[in-house]
Amino acid sequence: MKFKTLLGAALLASSMLAAGAANAKSLVYCSEGSPENFTPSINTTGTSFDAARPVYNRLVQFTPGTTQVEAALAESWTISDDGKTLTFKLRPGIKFHSGVNGFTPTRDLTAEDVIWSFDRQWKPDHPFAKVSGGSYDYFNDMSMPDLLESVAKGDDDLTVVIKLKKPNAPILANLAMDFATIHSAEYAKYLLDKGTPEQFDQIPVGTGSFQFVDYQKDAVIRFKAFDGWAGKPKIDDLIYAITPDATARYAKIKANECQVMIAPNPADLADMKANADVNLLEQAGLNIGYYALNAQKPPYDKVEVRRAIAMAIDRDAIISEVYQGAGQKAKNPIPPTMWSYDESTVDIPYDPVKAKEMLKAAGVEGLKTDIWWMPVQRPYNPNAKRMAEMIQADLAKVGIESTLVSYEWGEYRKRMQAAEHQTGMLGWTGDNGDPDNFLAVLLGCNSEGKPNGNNIPKWCNAEFQEVVNKAAEISDQAERAKLYKRAQEIVAAEVPWVNIAHSTVFEPIRKSVTGYKVSPLGSHEFQNVDITE
Amino acid sequence: MPSDASLPATATAPAPPGPFRAFWRAFRENRGAVAGLAVVSFILFVAIFAPLLVPYSPVEQFRGFSKLPPFWVEGSNPKFILGTDAVGRDMLSRLMYGARVSLFIGLSVMVVSMVVGVALGLAAAFFGGFVDVIIIRVMDLIMAIPSLVLAILIIAIIGPNLTNTIVAVTIVGLPRYVRLVRASALTELTKDYVTAAKVSGVGKFRLMTVTVLPNCLAPLIVQAALGLSDAILEAAGLGFLGLGAQPPTPEWGSMLADTRDLMLSHPWVMAFPGIAILTTVLAINLMGDGLRDALDPRLRRS
Amino acid sequence: MIRFFLKRLALTIPTFIALMFITFVMLRLVPGDPIEVRMGERGISPERLAQLRHEMGLDQPLWRQFLDYVYALLHGDFGTSIVSKSPVLHEFLTLFPATLELTITAMLFAVVLGVPAGVIAASRRGGVYDQTLMGLALTGYSMPIFWWGLILVLVMSNTLHLTPVSGRVDLIKFYYPSVTGFMLIDSVISGQKGAFMDAVRHLILPMIVLGTVPLAVIARMTRSSMLEVLEEDYVRTARAKGLSWTRVVGVHALRNALIPVVTVIGLQVGGLLAGAVLTETIFSWPGVGKWLIESINRRDYPALQGGIMLIATIVILVNLFIDMLYGLINPRIRHAK
Repeated sequence: MKFKTLLGAALLASSMLAAGAANAKSLVYCSEGSPENFTPSINTTGTSFDAARPVYNRLVQFTPGTTQVEAALAESWTISDDGKTLTFKLRPGIKFHSGVNGFTPTRDLTAEDVIWSFDRQWKPDHPFAKVSGGSYDYFNDMSMPDLLESVAKGDDDLTVVIKLKKPNAPILANLAMDFATIHSAEYAKYLLDKGTPEQFDQIPVGTGSFQFVDYQKDAVIRFKAFDGWAGKPKIDDLIYAITPDATARYAKIKANECQVMIAPNPADLADMKANADVNLLEQAGLNIGYYALNAQKPPYDKVEVRRAIAMAIDRDAIISEVYQGAGQKAKNPIPPTMWSYDESTVDIPYDPVKAKEMLKAAGVEGLKTDIWWMPVQRPYNPNAKRMAEMIQADLAKVGIESTLVSYEWGEYRKRMQAAEHQTGMLGWTGDNGDPDNFLAVLLGCNSEGKPNGNNIPKWCNAEFQEVVNKAAEISDQAERAKLYKRAQEIVAAEVPWVNIAHSTVFEPIRKSVTGYKVSPLGSHEFQNVDITE
Repeated sequence: MPSDASLPATATAPAPPGPFRAFWRAFRENRGAVAGLAVVSFILFVAIFAPLLVPYSPVEQFRGFSKLPPFWVEGSNPKFILGTDAVGRDMLSRLMYGARVSLFIGLSVMVVSMVVGVALGLAAAFFGGFVDVIIIRVMDLIMAIPSLVLAILIIAIIGPNLTNTIVAVTIVGLPRYVRLVRASALTELTKDYVTAAKVSGVGKFRLMTVTVLPNCLAPLIVQAALGLSDAILEAAGLGFLGLGAQPPTPEWGSMLADTRDLMLSHPWVMAFPGIAILTTVLAINLMGDGLRDALDPRLRRS
Repeated sequence: MIRFFLKRLALTIPTFIALMFITFVMLRLVPGDPIEVRMGERGISPERLAQLRHEMGLDQPLWRQFLDYVYALLHGDFGTSIVSKSPVLHEFLTLFPATLELTITAMLFAVVLGVPAGVIAASRRGGVYDQTLMGLALTGYSMPIFWWGLILVLVMSNTLHLTPVSGRVDLIKFYYPSVTGFMLIDSVISGQKGAFMDAVRHLILPMIVLGTVPLAVIARMTRSSMLEVLEEDYVRTARAKGLSWTRVVGVHALRNALIPVVTVIGLQVGGLLAGAVLTETIFSWPGVGKWLIESINRRDYPALQGGIMLIATIVILVNLFIDMLYGLINPRIRHAK
């Protein structure tokens, strides 16, 4: 069997070479790692989403470079007055990729494919529900099971009607997320008949601008252009070179071994700016990196102590040494690009002398603490270890002795959510651009006044909670913005955590690449990209 | 990681009259070994007296002075002879304290491996049968898993810190000691003096420790020297993968790992810890070679 | 000979059983949960976690999990990776050729340079060549290879632009199917012009980095083994008979001197695989070493268990093979057993 697939790949390769040998335009994207597999609904990592994105589409999508929702497979949609019924009109004549894994589609995209894609994640008796372990994390995280009443065919094959149990404003943005990818029900059936349903998640067939060609784990993913509903892309071959080390990725950009790369080392940014062959694109990230002080553990229950610690930390030094300029000092828990951001917040100044006095006044002397640092690099914090070492040195200057603590990533998060830490760092990247996605998730408490799991400072404030709850229930954005500004004032006064930075997303591309846009949501798309020699 | 395989494991005891003097005479002949000894002594000196010698504390961060190159490169600061690291700590001070950490790891691993290795090796040789089979099988098992993978697994279980680095490196290196002691002991056991001791009613434990062990020492000492350098390299490798000593401890391997992102922009920061590891390990190996030649009369001939 | 072989083979069976048991137990002792690890900042609700653990059989008692594991293993099923959801054996087989190509070429590099270096050093004992070569060998032996790799990349790729930065093939110029998984062979089969040289250019730095320590060990071993043989009576006799130096060294002495070297090569295999972990990490080489490390970080139990079992099997078999080879070259061993 293995030999057969090899042979198939060989034939495919030679036909491909024969076809486009003359003047094929290839673009190599240096990605960070191997995808877990090619079905977004069973994945959780950006790396995996990026790998599947060229192949697939959703009903609606984010306009490249923004968080705006635009039409994709659905050419139009209507929402009923009670907000509970969404009717999507699919574009006619949407073709699926042909010839991948021996599959030839016999029909265009219809409502059946949409229903199939949601049902797999939703209905335990779906034939593919258990394939590949069947864990649909995003679908569950976005509360889709609680929200969905039904997904059904409308008046014709090209109409899909989604009924909700309650009105929900962000649903459209949710449907633009990767987990809501639309698959081919016919391909699924083809594999089921062949007895190899697990291939569904390893060899993808979709409607996207690029068709899957080949994947070698830890080495390369190859796609070729597909003339689908969105038009033929300008490049012929799209190649992902899997290169985990950021330094190596940049070295490859310099050597023109790849033309677009993800996540540069902040230390290399200066060189990138100076390099005549490289365009350094940047985009304010939708994120916050913070240093939380556990309000359940004294002395961090006192606001003066929290403020004094915030004052003791030299965040300018952190911005320059950890983010190396690729970040913006934060004064609010939400990023400045988000609506309702409170410009009037007065940032806490760096003043170790005053911090020491305040600590003394609060009766804190000879304090020993721990500083938790994440074992992984995240978009909002490029080097937690370095940041921890710097905070440690800063705290030492105001007489606080500290030890550094870290665990394996899953363990780290779990223990922090269980409030085992005294102080520690974490952060957040927004999913859909709504302030609720930051304020309520990260600083919210339940009706009994207990902090939510993601509330790492373990800080609860009745007024803050009331304001945030109210803002989530109304739909007028101006009204909501007022409430979120009030929430930010409370946070600024209470200092539940030290706002460190909003990182800037940088992406170096070769000058020969045109039409590439950096996504604020961290995705990488190549539909409109062209390359000149 | 390097193996000790270049070692003939069948050395015999040094000649009876004035063994130490004979040894020193032979050792002195080897210029490389003497140079190695000198460098090792120097590093040891630096490690022991680091607190008195360093210009700054190894953990003090000089804000605004980060990533400085060494003194002979343009843009350096005379206050920091070898420059500073990513957060402005003095490179020279960190390297000097790093010698402490590396030698501490190496020596600890060596001592523990010697003690445990001798105990297990002798037990396997003397009791034979079931005990022997179990010990040898366990050692085979350790050898069958690539050393670094095994070390990483052990550290994943017991958590990354200095002590656990020592534990992990000791475990993966243990088979060499055990096999060596067992093999030498088995060879000695066939010799007449052992039979004589047995006949004269010497107890088993005494026979093991007093009669046989001293005659196995020569190869063991050579193994210990090589084990020291291997341990330093292995520990640095773990540090490089972020599993060794935890920050802000100045361990050479983790110093390298911490500055990997600066490889293109500030190569100096990456150069020094590597040179420190290489120099130390090379010096120890030179010394080890001298030891072997001096203790192994077969090679001393001519 | 065959009886000797079978006896040795039988002896490895308890090792395998112990290996299965120990890897299983060790992996269960590692703190962290394969499901938790995969979650982002958001985390996972306890109910869902319990449900997923149930679906993966992680909530079964340990003895039950072990028996299931052994049963599957005896049926050739190495399990399914938790992360990629594809069979462990399949993942291993797609990655192993890369590691194999790297280790074999590194070993060849070490032997091809190491043996002559050792012979030259031995025949010029104490001279300039001897001292230079042995000094270099000891330096190579003392090299922290992760640092060596970074320095080579910095100098050869980033500064001099002589070699590619990482990867196994120029992705834009060449695309050929993976038939054997060995780029050196596949590139020839593809018939594309320049493909072979491209594969060589990609392989050369990782090969040098991984081959450095074995090269040093082999050179030193060859030298000392050669010195011993040169002292033997039959070599002296041959010399006295007036045979040319080249003939004495090249034919008579070298053959005997190589016996211990063969053992050393066998012993280096385990070390090579460990070195491959670091080398693959530095060069983004898509092999099993890097995969194992990632599997540890992701708590991917099935991948780790399967990976370690397979690697250990290879180490054990190679050592068995070396023992056999040793027996062939040196019949005394065979009879002694």
